[in-house]
Amino acid sequence: MTNNILVFIEQRESKILPASFQLLALAEQLASETGGEVQACIVGQSIAGLADTSASYGAKKTYVVDGEEFAYYRASPYATALSAVIDKADPKAVLISTTFMGRDLASRVAARKKAALAIDCTQLKLEGGDLIATKTMYAGKFSATFRLSGSQLQVATVRSNVFAAKEPQSGVTATVENVAVTLGEGDGRLKVKEVVASSSGIKDVTEGDVVVSGGRSLKSEENFKILFQLAEVLDGAVGASRAACDAGYQPHTRQVGLTGKVVTPKLYIACGIDGAIQLLAGMRGSKVIVAINTKKEAPIFKVATYGCVADLFAIVPLLTEEITRLKG
Amino acid sequence: MRILTIVKQVPDSNATIKVKPDESGIDSAGLKLVPDPFDEFGIELAVQLREKRGDVEEIVALTVGPDKAAEALRVALAMGADKGMHLNDGAFDLTNELLLASIVAQAIKRDEAGFDLLLCGKYNIDLDSGAFGPALAEYLDIPHVGAVTGLDVSEDGKSFEARRRIEGAEEVVECGLPALLTIEKGLVEPRYPSLPNLMKAKKKPVDVLTSAELQTDESLQVATQFQSVAPPAPKPDCKFVEGEPEDMVKELVRLLREEAKVV
Repeated sequence: MTNNILVFIEQRESKILPASFQLLALAEQLASETGGEVQACIVGQSIAGLADTSASYGAKKTYVVDGEEFAYYRASPYATALSAVIDKADPKAVLISTTFMGRDLASRVAARKKAALAIDCTQLKLEGGDLIATKTMYAGKFSATFRLSGSQLQVATVRSNVFAAKEPQSGVTATVENVAVTLGEGDGRLKVKEVVASSSGIKDVTEGDVVVSGGRSLKSEENFKILFQLAEVLDGAVGASRAACDAGYQPHTRQVGLTGKVVTPKLYIACGIDGAIQLLAGMRGSKVIVAINTKKEAPIFKVATYGCVADLFAIVPLLTEEITRLKG
Repeated sequence: MRILTIVKQVPDSNATIKVKPDESGIDSAGLKLVPDPFDEFGIELAVQLREKRGDVEEIVALTVGPDKAAEALRVALAMGADKGMHLNDGAFDLTNELLLASIVAQAIKRDEAGFDLLLCGKYNIDLDSGAFGPALAEYLDIPHVGAVTGLDVSEDGKSFEARRRIEGAEEVVECGLPALLTIEKGLVEPRYPSLPNLMKAKKKPVDVLTSAELQTDESLQVATQFQSVAPPAPKPDCKFVEGEPEDMVKELVRLLREEAKVV
């Protein structure tokens, strides 16, 4: 086993997921302690050009698995590809982003390689050769630590927006190793028929750096318009509480919470949301939380960074205006 | 078609959870435990498939956990599963999903008739992880689809088409059976088991397996070890902006730009 840290660079349609750059920064920090170097792995079709990008963010070497069978993410072939790279690179640890793809892939690869595994880490520290992973438990209500033994390969998925990415360096040329992968018999059993972008133009709550979210006090679907306007100037996404979705103001695809989606944006703006415990489970990991609510005793203020005890219908349009003015 | 639905017993999301003073785990005294809400989607889906199709021969519900976990099995049986499998042994570390998956895989391999469809939640609300389903599929060498929001099993019961949401898009996949699906909210709404059905569930057969039948792989035990659980570090108190709406907004934007640096 080397002391290197391998980062799985997630890409879809040849576009790298920005959280991958955060992983490269974290990997650099860990590698400086292990005495190894940062390496990257990219899997996909026609993605050779992405290696330079990964190098500019700190990857000393990038393993590329390129082929039409990797055009779309499929758990089994991707696990075979990443496993092949692991066999070649023999890293100490593999870092993957906590996304739908990341959770899936990390779990299959860890099972296949008999690795230590932690999902959705918010902190990773070396202790001896072991990795101490901090993650949430019980729907985000508690923080737990797991010890990933250094005697085995360590696999960890890391929550987005917890670590900051470095500025890319210009003029860096990647050291690339192409890895030929032979798929196993079982790898072709699942086929992707189509990938349909959900409701065009509007970001999904899980991919917005900013999420503007509304509760039942929005009172109608029509009134959500002011949240969409604020989200637009912040280049963010719109979310909703379960109550607002159940009332039909927004589709359940936008629901944030325990039984909806878990989001960890840089900025979460809760508009007229009281903050039931199930909702808090879905957003308390956000970096900065702004709460706008007329009730000062609402539980949302317990997790909020900034609070505004006022009517959201008065505040939100002004907020949109002020940010537009500053950005203009 | 035979369906296996896996259910874990977890603390109720409305319950107040207390951590033991030494942070070695949570205090289970008096804690209300329920079947994991995501796993319940899997049970409901299995029962609905049987109601819609004529070819579902058997639905088996499986749990790993102590004696008390039998209650979660009983809910599954009351919802419509035919029989239960209870993997009950102190050596089955409930915080180690790879270990759990390897134990469940062994239990499944002991079943000679085999399963065509395996169902569980997209993750469990105790560990917030979701490694169990994909890892189980890996150990069984079958495909899996994670966080499924739509499902259409072919008429001949040999393949299916599933929808899943990924970041910003919806994916449609097709796949042959056997396969494992982890279920996302929204696909089905779990029924509430009636009292008569809960009574009848007591009479349904449950096989109990222990470490006498199922090996706990030592390397998996060593690899990932739960250490401690604690309340999250307290957040600094909320900073309130004051004044008229215009003043509040000006101050809020200033804080977001200059202090938090997120706008």
